[in-house]
Amino acid sequence: MAQVFSKPEKFSMYWRETARQMDDIGIGSLPIVFLISIFIGAVTAVQFSYQLGSTLIPRYYIGYIVRDMEIIELAPTITCLVLAGKVGSNMAAEIGGMRQKEHIDAMEIMGVNTAAFLILPKVIASLVVMPMLVALSAFLGIFGAYIASVPAGLFSSAEFTLGLRSFFEPYNVFIMFVKAFVFGYILTTVSCYQGYHVKGGSIELGKASTQAVVYSDILILLADYLIAVVLTA
Amino acid sequence: MIKAVNIKKQFGDVKVLKGITTEFYAGKTNLIIGRSGAGKTVFLKTLVGLIIPTEGDVFYGDTNFTKLEETEIRKIRMDIGMLFQGSALFDSMTVEENIRFPLDMFTNMTKKEKLDQVNFCLERVELEGVNDRYPSETSGGMQKRVGIARAIVLNPKYLFCDEPNSGLDPKTAIVIDELIQRITRDNNITTIINTHDMNSVLGIGENICFLNEGKLEWVGNKEEVLTSKNEILSDFIFASEFLKKVRDQHF
Repeated sequence: MAQVFSKPEKFSMYWRETARQMDDIGIGSLPIVFLISIFIGAVTAVQFSYQLGSTLIPRYYIGYIVRDMEIIELAPTITCLVLAGKVGSNMAAEIGGMRQKEHIDAMEIMGVNTAAFLILPKVIASLVVMPMLVALSAFLGIFGAYIASVPAGLFSSAEFTLGLRSFFEPYNVFIMFVKAFVFGYILTTVSCYQGYHVKGGSIELGKASTQAVVYSDILILLADYLIAVVLTA
Repeated sequence: MIKAVNIKKQFGDVKVLKGITTEFYAGKTNLIIGRSGAGKTVFLKTLVGLIIPTEGDVFYGDTNFTKLEETEIRKIRMDIGMLFQGSALFDSMTVEENIRFPLDMFTNMTKKEKLDQVNFCLERVELEGVNDRYPSETSGGMQKRVGIARAIVLNPKYLFCDEPNSGLDPKTAIVIDELIQRITRDNNITTIINTHDMNSVLGIGENICFLNEGKLEWVGNKEEVLTSKNEILSDFIFASEFLKKVRDQHF
């Protein structure tokens, strides 16, 4: 880990690699983030509408619940769990493939700090891009809830908007960004570690890729619980 | 000059290198030969620090390479070029980008200077005009040459080649051998080649180290290898019936 965060040989090369990773992780993940966020928001709204249907709880509460669920839990956690599968496995396979094809050895022989050059740009890119993706996911989730419920007549646009504006706690947004930051760090470092230390052939590479996703998901869920406990205590 | 002193390497209970002491000279093509499993690749990787020896020291000039910190090792590695068995070219980069990579990483040269250096290296390996091709668009022999061009782009003092002829036809293999020898002589590089190709041994073997079961069995040059009385070496060099007949008739 100390090697990963040591001084880069040349900042311009690291910056170029970081920009490439931001494009890969950020732009490359937009379609999947768009898709899951819209549907999760939609399902959340429809199901809450069903659950609160015969109660005395005001309908505008649905907007409030959807908003806070998206911000505190669904956007950061679901987005990062899904991205652990997409981005994490990709990182493990990319670095693992380089290990197997002796690309990492070739760089080492050139004098490159491979742990830093191959991992640090991914970590930085992830820490920058993941909060953006999570914020976008929260917005899309709320939008998904709106388009799935209001045109269907589950509640009115005014009720939903009133709910969105009620009981807003800016601190919840802070929790969302803390989660995005931590989850992004976990999924990148775990995946890169699995790829960097892969040994053997294609079967081992496949295993490393799977382990990257499984371990990332477990650690994200554990971190989710710990952050919830610490930040809401 | 590179000197290996009592190099031992053990993986679990398996002793792969059992105390190798030898020297490799500047301006000469130094060959490490031996049967498959004799420990050639482990020895070569130990020399460049990709494998840490269980015991023993590797000296680059007067510097004890095995005792250096990671950052100091990297400084020495900037004087090292290596051609890997599978060439280890970066698939997503063109030939030019592959060769330019060390220049991008370690020099402050201008774009024009880098391009000139890349073209100079491509010229040296007789491969002009393939700058924009990807490794997958080149033949095995061309990939080896690109690998050599990348290895020499920073004008290294030491050049390591792991099985440079593997997967090549005999004619191309000889071209690669001659290329390595010419670069070695012209630049006074300490070149160490790991091979079991007899054409290489008899063509460019100026200092040959024969490994057998993890031990240094014999040291000599290409003339001496033909007349050596060492039975294990003789069995290795004249492995086929045809070569045994040639030996019996001529030596």
